[in-house]
Amino acid sequence: MAATRDYVVFLLNGERHEVPRSVPPTRTLLEYLREDLGLKGTKEGCNEGDCGACTVVVMEPEQRSTLAVNACILLVPMLDGKSVTTVDGLFGPSGELHPCQQAMLECHGSQCGFCTPGFVMSLFAMYQDVMEYHDGKPPTKKWINTVLAGNLCRCTGYGSIVAAAERMFALPRPEWDVSRQAVNEFRAIGLRSKASLAVKNANGQFYAPLALVELIELRRIQPDSIILGGATDVCLWANKQLRPLPILISTARVGELQQFSHGVGRMRIGAAVTYEAAWSTLEMVWPNLGELIRRLGSEQVRNSGTIGGNIANGSPIGDMPPALMALGSTLVLNGPEGQRRMPLEEFFLAYGKQDRKPGEFVEAVEVPSHETGDRRLRCYKISKRFDQDISAVLGCFYLHIDNGVVTSARIAFGGMAGIPNRAKAVEAALEGKPWTMATVEAALPKFEEDFQPLSDARASKEYRMLTAKNLLVRYFHEMTSDVQTRLVGDGERIIAEVMA
Amino acid sequence: MQDTAPKPATTPTRITGGVGDPSPHDSAHKHVAGTAIYTDDIPEPPGTLHIALGLSTRAHAEVLALDFSQVHAASGVVAVFTAADIPGRNDVSPIGKSDDPVFATGLVEHYGQSLFAVAATSMLAARRAARLADVIYKDKPAILTVDEAMDAKSFLSDPYTFGIGDPDAALAAAPHRLKGRVRMGGQEHFYLEGQVALAIPGEDGDVTVHSSTQHPTEIQHSVAHVLGLPFNAVTVEVRRMGGGFGGKETQGNLPAAVAALVAAKTGRPAKLRYDRDDDFEVTGKRHDFRIDYDVGFDAGGRILGITFEQAARCGMSFDLSMAICDRAMFHADNCYFLPNVRITSYRCKTNTVSNTAFRGFGGPQGMAGIERVMEAIAAKLGKDPLAVRRANFYAAKGKSAGSGRSLTPYHMEIEDCIIGELTDELVRTSGYEKRRAGIRAWNAKSPILKRGISLTPVKFGISFTNTLMNQAGALLHLYTDGSLHLNHGGTEMGQGLFQKVAQVVAEEFQCDLSNVKITATRTDKVPNTSPTAASSGSDLNGMAAREAARTIKMRLAEMLAVEAGTDVEAVRFIPGRIIAGRRTFTLPEAAALAHARRISLSSTGYYATPKIHWDRASGKGRPFFYFAYGAAVTESAIDTLTGENRMLRVDILHDAGRSLNPAIDLGQIEGGFIQGAGWLTTEELVWDGKGRLSTHAPSTYKIPACSDRPPVMNMSLWHGENSEDTIYRSKAVGEPPLMLGISALLALSDAVASVGGYAGDAALDAPATPERVLMAVQALKTRVAAG
Ligand SMILES: Cc1cc2nc3c(=O)[nH]c(=O)nc-3n(C[C@H](O)[C@H](O)[C@H](O)COP(=O)(O)OP(=O)(O)OC[C@H]3O[C@@H](n4cnc5c(N)ncnc54)[C@H](O)[C@@H]3O)c2cc1C
Ligand code: FES
Ligand code: FES
Repeated sequence: MAATRDYVVFLLNGERHEVPRSVPPTRTLLEYLREDLGLKGTKEGCNEGDCGACTVVVMEPEQRSTLAVNACILLVPMLDGKSVTTVDGLFGPSGELHPCQQAMLECHGSQCGFCTPGFVMSLFAMYQDVMEYHDGKPPTKKWINTVLAGNLCRCTGYGSIVAAAERMFALPRPEWDVSRQAVNEFRAIGLRSKASLAVKNANGQFYAPLALVELIELRRIQPDSIILGGATDVCLWANKQLRPLPILISTARVGELQQFSHGVGRMRIGAAVTYEAAWSTLEMVWPNLGELIRRLGSEQVRNSGTIGGNIANGSPIGDMPPALMALGSTLVLNGPEGQRRMPLEEFFLAYGKQDRKPGEFVEAVEVPSHETGDRRLRCYKISKRFDQDISAVLGCFYLHIDNGVVTSARIAFGGMAGIPNRAKAVEAALEGKPWTMATVEAALPKFEEDFQPLSDARASKEYRMLTAKNLLVRYFHEMTSDVQTRLVGDGERIIAEVMA
Repeated sequence: MQDTAPKPATTPTRITGGVGDPSPHDSAHKHVAGTAIYTDDIPEPPGTLHIALGLSTRAHAEVLALDFSQVHAASGVVAVFTAADIPGRNDVSPIGKSDDPVFATGLVEHYGQSLFAVAATSMLAARRAARLADVIYKDKPAILTVDEAMDAKSFLSDPYTFGIGDPDAALAAAPHRLKGRVRMGGQEHFYLEGQVALAIPGEDGDVTVHSSTQHPTEIQHSVAHVLGLPFNAVTVEVRRMGGGFGGKETQGNLPAAVAALVAAKTGRPAKLRYDRDDDFEVTGKRHDFRIDYDVGFDAGGRILGITFEQAARCGMSFDLSMAICDRAMFHADNCYFLPNVRITSYRCKTNTVSNTAFRGFGGPQGMAGIERVMEAIAAKLGKDPLAVRRANFYAAKGKSAGSGRSLTPYHMEIEDCIIGELTDELVRTSGYEKRRAGIRAWNAKSPILKRGISLTPVKFGISFTNTLMNQAGALLHLYTDGSLHLNHGGTEMGQGLFQKVAQVVAEEFQCDLSNVKITATRTDKVPNTSPTAASSGSDLNGMAAREAARTIKMRLAEMLAVEAGTDVEAVRFIPGRIIAGRRTFTLPEAAALAHARRISLSSTGYYATPKIHWDRASGKGRPFFYFAYGAAVTESAIDTLTGENRMLRVDILHDAGRSLNPAIDLGQIEGGFIQGAGWLTTEELVWDGKGRLSTHAPSTYKIPACSDRPPVMNMSLWHGENSEDTIYRSKAVGEPPLMLGISALLALSDAVASVGGYAGDAALDAPATPERVLMAVQALKTRVAAG
């Protein structure tokens, strides 16, 4: 078995930083930076991943990525073996501003300035990404909007910040390079995440095993432990509900859970694969799923959050389950009693209840996939705000039409019941029928057999039901005509018309 | 000696950072570097205690018992404080109404009301412990909404009315008449930096409080009242806030008072910073309004008579609701002459958090009311709403005398109305007419997506309507090296006030801006200040600072005149230089010389706004020194299947007078517009049936994000200057642009109306969430189907 380390060490603004062993494993990076280290540049705006004021940048050795993440929803041990850059660490050797900072200054990108360090770090991540991996080609406005979706500003109205995002690429590239420096440092000090981690102190335990067998064993011993993917859900339990998290087991280093493969007829997504890692492939295969992921959380959330976590969380408003169900996915569970497979929808039993045996965990999800650019899958996310909002209703449609007849229909919804679920009565009303508006209209009342939605802060039950029905109408239009149906995302044409 | 001093090689012809210069915010470098210090960033003195509030979990109930045994037992807890621990008054009401207890006793009147405080060794420990108290309640019936309060006649005070003419007769005689009801939601400030205060005990029982506040003087007073101290024992400091928007005008009182109480009682520094969810629950918001109107008009859409009944949800206490509701009334006319009008205002008392100031201070609600009336009239007459708006504008500047169309409902003559001209220019630059026609043609071919467009104007009254608040002080030091130290009563919340006032001082001395040190607002430097609110910051403090600068300049001029053997009139401050007769001095030389001559180099400055007066009892006066104008054209699109919607293009022309700093002003305009649009579209406050706010975090309360900004956004400043003698003829710009966002709501209305073939008024209420838009679409479809 590989070596195990019992303390946390990472690079902080380019320097090796060893976390004192007394620090509780549940301490968030934000608390640690501000309260323990007195690094006050990183701000707290919400403590729940929604505002981006706490954005920092994380890099991993041997991984070609510079990821913006929310420090408020990251636990300190999760950073072990990585490099963390905060706003305090962007300066050049004689205190020069980085282009992302200089551009913000020149473009009047700050007013009260409280959101600014977070924006600067998101811009920094974008800058590095573009410079290192995209030949310095400045991003489109649309891409800038996407990258900045997780940073809220209440003062500026964003125009000046978007201008800064464009401007920074016109400034001279700095001679010092924070991230390359960090990667060199990694080598110099021999930091590798190739050790498993077991941090224990009076305040809790944190394990990051390397192999599946290790994970299974840990779960056998500690069936009540809490599994951590990206912690984007779990941190809220700690930050908001103040729930104690005595034993945490991270999936982030388990090789088998990191695997993401796309073979003939089948895609396998390991439970610990982040949205960020899977996004481009999923988008290539199902463009609409790519757009759904673009609207899931924010850049920061996608950089941390995992698809396995989204499924395991069992939330009725998680975005991946309906899409994956529509595609006919299979869930792979594993645990002390061995591996099991089941159709994804069977995993969700009732609100807050999944088909999981003691110690069992999600290993992967397998998705049938046969072609790229499959536009038969449509994912309609309805929320109050387009970006970084939780779905009020999510409708995912995957119909096969042969000679004008619906040969198979898989329709799944989030937000319509206590669990993500298929619309089986609607599917039945469509299958075998001619693909016409009359068929669609006849199927609409079936939604009431499938779902009895509830009212909450996001939408009323009436709205949910009406919208669910209308989404089938939208799907029909999209599959049969070129009528405009989208205000954002895949298929949206209206912005270009206005800009013209 | 100054004669022999070396002269710089080139003589500057302009200073950098004077009045009108678009220089960046004074803290911009610190903002981007992460080195700007906010209250929570101040290094905590050793031993600092952290505080969390214990909050009521009932909307209206008697508190029968409070048991803290588990709280005391929790780890890290140092002490628990209740009303019994307060040495002075248990009240932080900003207007002395004794209805905002620090800690509720006996009765809780809203969900989330402060009951007690826990002081602990860490914030987490305090938060954990605060949830462990055992509180026994006996529920009482709760009034939660405007409708319930109106039915129960639950008011803070008697309804208030003013108006002109005879609206009843005019309505009865009008050829057309419409009645309607407009609803609009409240708004959470969502300043990125939450409420926070750090109190540090001093000698003799004194206390210094660092508070994120727009109103340091009121924090000083609240703390003094609660601790039973004279005002001179309390010093309040604020360098900057991470946003305020009105939410830190009075809402900082509670955390500051509690922090000071804990500091006084324990002798240790104490900090109270609300967790974001607590901030949502504990602090007041923009008032939601229900406005009923009854309007009579002629065939041209001109209003002949109108009545408004404005009902506002004030919450459980007064706070600033009286003045806010007054301002809603003052803006019920917006840019329109209402010959016969009666505005009645109901200040509803509800068992919800006490609502408070929010950018616009009631003005936006009043204005949105009449803008909806304009839409309704236009729909009824089948006209472009813009034509109806123009038909009703107040008489233009220079043409008001004798026009008979310049008297407001509060008996003030409007003499500076430029809205007609400004609208004409915006119509031209935005291509409104052509685009409107184009949109209608597009809609005819697009069955699902529909577009809409709207132009709405803004006229916003500048001055505190409470006349006595229109005063300000400044303190300026010139040091012997020629550097200046500037202080004034205004606070910096991101609006660029410090920068603008510093530019005024630089301009006065004709020195570079970098020579003017901007310093934190402190109650021991400039006393008895007004809040930085009502957009008045630069008007008032700019003038006070100029006064201080001119006092010092005059002293220098008199001295240099003697020195150079010339007249005071012959002393001139030119860029980088002071010319006295045939001699030239630099500012450092002049300062050093003055010191040598034993002349004071420090001065206060003071300003009180002229001309204004207001008699609330008779509803007559001139509550405003002047008006700021602007207009916006918003084009939006909706999805008629889901109600999803977005802005596509916005064109704004806004009047900031002769701008002190155009970059800062454009920033205020853009930010204000987006905030106003957010209020009316995505930002929805939802309470559950028990009076608990369900949308208590950014996960559920959605302010505009980056992509919500319209892809095309054109903004310009109006070219005119203020006709009143304000600081360099500029105009206030903090609040007015927020109301440009009303066009975002009405563009959606226009898009919805297309569903009915423009046959009816969409009557879209705010916030226009996808749900409200879809339901309005459905309602219109049903109405059209029914004929
Ligand atoms: C600001 C913000 C915005 C968000 N927006 C969205 C959104 O738009 N749509 C959406 O669907 N979600 C959203 N989320 C929720 C969250 O990001 C996703 O659910 C995410 O996929 C969770 O993944 P994670 O790895 O972070 O999960 P974690 O927080 O690590 O875990 C979530 C749950 O799953 C369990 N778990 C994790 N991995 C496994 C495993 N392999 N086996 C068994 N159990 C496991 C954990 O024990 C926990 O119960 C948002 C969250 C935040 C903070
Ligand atoms: S503090 Fe808001 S995202 Fe972390
Ligand atoms: S500048 Fe104030 S929140 Fe962005």
